[in-house]
Amino acid sequence: MPRYLVGRLAAMVGVLLLVCLFTYAVFFLLSPDPAVQVCGKNCTPERIDQIRANLGLDRPFWTQFLTFLGGLVAGRTYGEGAGAVECAAPCLGYSFQSSQSVTDMIGQRLPVSATIAVGAAVLWLLVGVVSGLVGAVKQGTWVDRVLTGLTLGGLSIPNYVLALVLQYVLVVQLQWLPFPQAVPFGEDPGRWFLNFVMPWIVLAVGYAAAYTRLTRANVIDTLQENFLRTARAKGLAPRLVWRRHALRPALTPVVTVFGMDFAGLLGGALITETVFGLNGVGKMAADSIAKNDQPVIMGVTLLAAFFVVVGNVVVDVVYTVIDPRVRVAA
Amino acid sequence: MSATQRTDASAFLDVRDLTVSFPTSTGHTDVVSHLDLTLDAGGALGVVGESGSGKSLTSLAIMGLLPPSAKRAGRVLLGGDDLTAMSEPQLRRIRGDRVAMVFQDPLSSLNPYYTVGAQIEEAYCSHRRGVTRRQARTVAVAAMERVHIKDAARRVDDYPHQFSGGMRQRVMIAMALSTEPELLIADEPTTALDVTVQAQILDLLQEIRRDTGLALVLITHDLAVVSELAEQVVVMRRGECVERGPVEAIFSDPQHAYTRDLLDAVPRIDDEIAALRPVGATGGRA
Repeated sequence: MPRYLVGRLAAMVGVLLLVCLFTYAVFFLLSPDPAVQVCGKNCTPERIDQIRANLGLDRPFWTQFLTFLGGLVAGRTYGEGAGAVECAAPCLGYSFQSSQSVTDMIGQRLPVSATIAVGAAVLWLLVGVVSGLVGAVKQGTWVDRVLTGLTLGGLSIPNYVLALVLQYVLVVQLQWLPFPQAVPFGEDPGRWFLNFVMPWIVLAVGYAAAYTRLTRANVIDTLQENFLRTARAKGLAPRLVWRRHALRPALTPVVTVFGMDFAGLLGGALITETVFGLNGVGKMAADSIAKNDQPVIMGVTLLAAFFVVVGNVVVDVVYTVIDPRVRVAA
Repeated sequence: MSATQRTDASAFLDVRDLTVSFPTSTGHTDVVSHLDLTLDAGGALGVVGESGSGKSLTSLAIMGLLPPSAKRAGRVLLGGDDLTAMSEPQLRRIRGDRVAMVFQDPLSSLNPYYTVGAQIEEAYCSHRRGVTRRQARTVAVAAMERVHIKDAARRVDDYPHQFSGGMRQRVMIAMALSTEPELLIADEPTTALDVTVQAQILDLLQEIRRDTGLALVLITHDLAVVSELAEQVVVMRRGECVERGPVEAIFSDPQHAYTRDLLDAVPRIDDEIAALRPVGATGGRA
């Protein structure tokens, strides 16, 4: 087991390095010259060259990439002399448009994205797994058909449409919820909670629908397994057959998918955050794309990749706990 | 006709007029029809037939484990108790306790998520009130030793995938034996195993029968298996019994054309090789 863990972590570092290299290369090749952006209006070619030299943009790709990696590990300084800016480790870059390090910008917004992701995840897991189980138990009945119809709806409705409909119904018409506004948790926890209700629902609906289908299909598959026949032939009560023999194999694949989905969302729920004006990582990414703030876009890309890669490893490790076949092989 | 032969009222297992049918687009289709089986306490009955002849459904019908869409008619008496008249909770007390089953594919028949010990203990605990975990574990280890699994005290904590095919089937048999059943229904117990392992499992079943006096219903398509283990044999085809009787009599002097076809289909080492004939080509329909 420790050897397995070390191996997985080493592989994870390798993948993250490759992700960094690939992302850096894409932005290096495709992006407009950062020096031009830094320089602003009334710029002369001499001034641009000066900035390029100052920021190290005139050096070869590999030198720049290694400097970037060095910044991730130990922090770095952009420029020299009076105009130099510090970027503490882990330095994901510096936004000259916002005069802030990308790491700081992400640090301010990550809690919002995490709150949205955690709340939505709880909601979709509960709703998805429970309705999937109900669908499997009631397979072929009208309950199952209604659930199937609902999941189809949940999967097809776009987030922004659902967000607008919910706002109109819950806020404008019924006035059950206040219009979402950023309120810190410490200031008014109740208000803070109400603000997140709609984003949670909007984000959770699609996932809940997908999880309903996944759970239903897995449970129905598991019920066909020969070891369920063995459990019944042993004389076990249906309750035990379900709890001990059906649920665990049926829900194991859900863990995998959940790990991936949740990790992906930590990199920001772009549409939901934008529609509700929540200042999370996703909205920051959208804003940065509009402003063409390259370091921020790259930073968010790397962050999202980081979460996905780490999420993968976490799922692998969790799997060794829940599936003995993987555990022993590990 | 032997298929309608009178059943013995004193038999330990007495299946009378068993019919299993499934709904189809044109009504119900019988997959087992009007089948009678009898087995004395401690006896061994082989049920043979090609795939689709209704053998396995017969075993599930005896246990009351048919899929929900199946319809069952007829009576199943075990030691005088009518299993077909019992409620589901009453049947559960019989399943795994008085009647145990062993299935064809031991890997998929064992739950991959639990140790073999846990699965044997579960079978035992569900029929014995108030046993401690330690007692159950002792029973599991003893049952594994009983089926000659080496180093049982250690292997009891292994998972099914850590066993070879033959060892898994031994685990299944150990699980079945843990409650000391009166009847073991073995549904193709050796079909998924390779030949040398098959022989070992058959020897084991034979030994257990000899030592415990367990009655055995052996369901198989393999005539060699029947000849080795069973005393009585029922030949099934398309859900019906076409011939029944003592093994020696049926094998030496088959009355029904289908039985003759089945026997002829077994390759013999001392035979001249003739062209193979499809089974049932001689019009073996009963």
